[in-house]
Amino acid sequence: MSLLCAESPDIVTTLELMGVNLLWHPSLSEASNQEFQQLLQDILQDKISLDLLCIEGAMLQGPSGSGRFHVLGGTGLPMIDWVRQLAGKAGHTLAIGSCAAFGGFDTGQDNLTEATGLQFEGEHKGGLLGENYQGREGLSVVNISGCPVHPSWVTETLMQLVSGQASADTLDLYHRPKHYAEQLVHHGCPRNEYYEYKASAEEHGHQGCMMEHLGCLGTQAHGDCNTRLWNGEGSCTRGGYACINCTAPEFEHPKHHFQQTPKLAGIPIGLPTDMPKAWFVALASLSKAATPPRLKDNAVSEVRIIAPTVHTKKRKT
Amino acid sequence: MSQRITLGPFNRVEGDLEVHLDIENNRVVSAQVNSPLYRGFEQMLLGKSPLDALVMVPRICGICSVSQSVASAGAIAALSGVKPPRNGELCRNLTLAAENLADHLSHFYLFFMPDFAREHYRFLSGHDVIAQRFMAVKGSAVNDVLPARAEFLHLMGYLAGKWPHTLSVQPGGSTRPLQAQEILRMQLILANFRRFLERTLLGCPLEVFSALDSEQALESYWKSDERLHDRADFKHFLWLSEQLDLSGKGRAYDRLLSFGAYALDNQNEFTRGIWLPGSGYQKLEISAIQEEISHSWLIGDISRSPAKGQTQPVAEKEGAYSWCKAPRLAGMVMETGAFARQVIDGHPLAENLMNNSGNNVRNRVVGRMLELARVVPLMQSWLQQIDTQAPFHHDIELPDGDGIGLTEAARGSLGHWISVRKGKLTNYQIIAPTTWNFSPRDSQLQPGPLEKALQGVNLNDDPQHIMIQHIVRSFDPCMVCTVH
Repeated sequence: MSLLCAESPDIVTTLELMGVNLLWHPSLSEASNQEFQQLLQDILQDKISLDLLCIEGAMLQGPSGSGRFHVLGGTGLPMIDWVRQLAGKAGHTLAIGSCAAFGGFDTGQDNLTEATGLQFEGEHKGGLLGENYQGREGLSVVNISGCPVHPSWVTETLMQLVSGQASADTLDLYHRPKHYAEQLVHHGCPRNEYYEYKASAEEHGHQGCMMEHLGCLGTQAHGDCNTRLWNGEGSCTRGGYACINCTAPEFEHPKHHFQQTPKLAGIPIGLPTDMPKAWFVALASLSKAATPPRLKDNAVSEVRIIAPTVHTKKRKT
Repeated sequence: MSQRITLGPFNRVEGDLEVHLDIENNRVVSAQVNSPLYRGFEQMLLGKSPLDALVMVPRICGICSVSQSVASAGAIAALSGVKPPRNGELCRNLTLAAENLADHLSHFYLFFMPDFAREHYRFLSGHDVIAQRFMAVKGSAVNDVLPARAEFLHLMGYLAGKWPHTLSVQPGGSTRPLQAQEILRMQLILANFRRFLERTLLGCPLEVFSALDSEQALESYWKSDERLHDRADFKHFLWLSEQLDLSGKGRAYDRLLSFGAYALDNQNEFTRGIWLPGSGYQKLEISAIQEEISHSWLIGDISRSPAKGQTQPVAEKEGAYSWCKAPRLAGMVMETGAFARQVIDGHPLAENLMNNSGNNVRNRVVGRMLELARVVPLMQSWLQQIDTQAPFHHDIELPDGDGIGLTEAARGSLGHWISVRKGKLTNYQIIAPTTWNFSPRDSQLQPGPLEKALQGVNLNDDPQHIMIQHIVRSFDPCMVCTVH
């Protein structure tokens, strides 16, 4: 559904201009029931070439490895069987979203459904297809993680693959495309000035930085959410709530409340990425002491109380 | 001797669906509707903090995400006894309305209309126009609706940070105070969306459409327009509906349910209630809701109130055929959705259509159009009422206790029932719209609404079962919410 928000241009036009012939999409295509099953058979019998296989949703292996928790309607066969067979034919296989990539929320609470990702189970390689799986073109599963995914993450990754620009080098440790994963959600966050001075929001709606109290993981989370923006001008931190690091494997098990920063002796646990702890603590206390009143007051308010000072050129009279 | 066939997978519905039909003399004598996917959210939520539920429940679904948030926030607010500030309520209504209207639009253009472009209907004169306009992926309407929908959802960029899966909807209000110039921008987005609806979808001002008060008025609305080629898209549908007798298809029990929607100061903009044949509007007794599992792959008591619900999946069970439970109101099978909402709210057109022909394929589509026409002006008014200097959020305390959160998703009534002990969830039960509509049989062997609606369908000259598909899609089902 997120993908249908693709813009400049829309998803159907994007695929058309890329030269991608859409074989089937659950929300867009005409073919249903037998017509779709015929398409699957034609792919498995090599009558139709499957170049790009995009899979959404966790792979449910339960109960007891049977896959019965998710049967592809009308076929009597578990989804995991269909995915294994189709992945064997695909030029490239893409996991769309953190569930398909790593298992995601479906692995929650003792993983009752035996959920896993396509090629990762949380942080660990393996998953449904196994560590050594490669598509026909020689690439592992491409993990476009995120919950949800930004539509442009999908379209731009597809463009990379279609134009032959994708390789193992364009993917990161968790096989996420580097074009969005090698950035931090912190980059471009409008609360950065508050972050610099450790002027923190204390309640929802406050304008300050949400790292100290409200559970924000933007300084550690990989994604370009605040430079690319969502639905026009949005992002989680722009929406006034914590980044929960949804592009990362196992983000669903933060070991603390999502909307609350865990602390040890009053100091937040978890450092900004690449920041040495001693320096962070030193700089934080220094910047906290230097916080201008404008930021201190605005940080704990829903409305801006103090505007930035306007400086005029001093002229000699 | 009856013959059984199995249909699936259905696409252009959200999630996984399988339908079994028993057929005699080319007519459906009995149907079984199966949700072949189990999710387990109700189990996963136990032991969690209620505030963590706000992160988890929107992720039940990529299309009803906000309505899940609204129901959850409502349940937690009920538990804590907090009432959000007026700005918070206005923002919640705007966010929910944006999702619901975007869904109505997706349903009409992307999920429902493409079936009429099929070769199957080539015999209709003027079919080439329909095919050129509505064909899946390739039709000209796709190029119009995708940008219009995406731009409309820019409202979410302001209200919710992003769509789907926001955390801006909180029990205490909204995390996103709006600024004056942002409201101006949002007014522009809404005005532009209104223009799309008026020019492209309905072909008249929204107020003219929502003033239609009878079946006759609806007829003269579209029949007065004799153009075939460039008439508004909804008029194409009404023409098709007449050709194919869609008002005579897909009728079930005609018992309707709405939890009521878009509350401001404890007053729902769309009324809560039920509608029963013969007696019409009645008050809704929430405590009369029970969920049955006689035909579900679940074990435990056959019937339970969601306030004391249980979800325990089991791989094999005699007589079971779905992961979906069967919710019933005082033992009655109920149907929910946009048309039900409009009938229960007493809209004259919806009431007249209901009295004339019941809840059928055509009327369900009309219900969505009525909502598009009625809710956009409401959104414009809500936006105007926001006071940027007043609070958007109140902090809350979380005591132990029970809470119920009721709302309306695009496709019908959604409820969350929660219990919290020692700060942790000890019960979390969800009844989603399609859990009602696509429920399996209950212990009295009453078929669910879709199962009933499919009985009697004539399959002559319909090898691809297109009429079955129209009926299924007319409910705008969301299967991932159904099984949550």
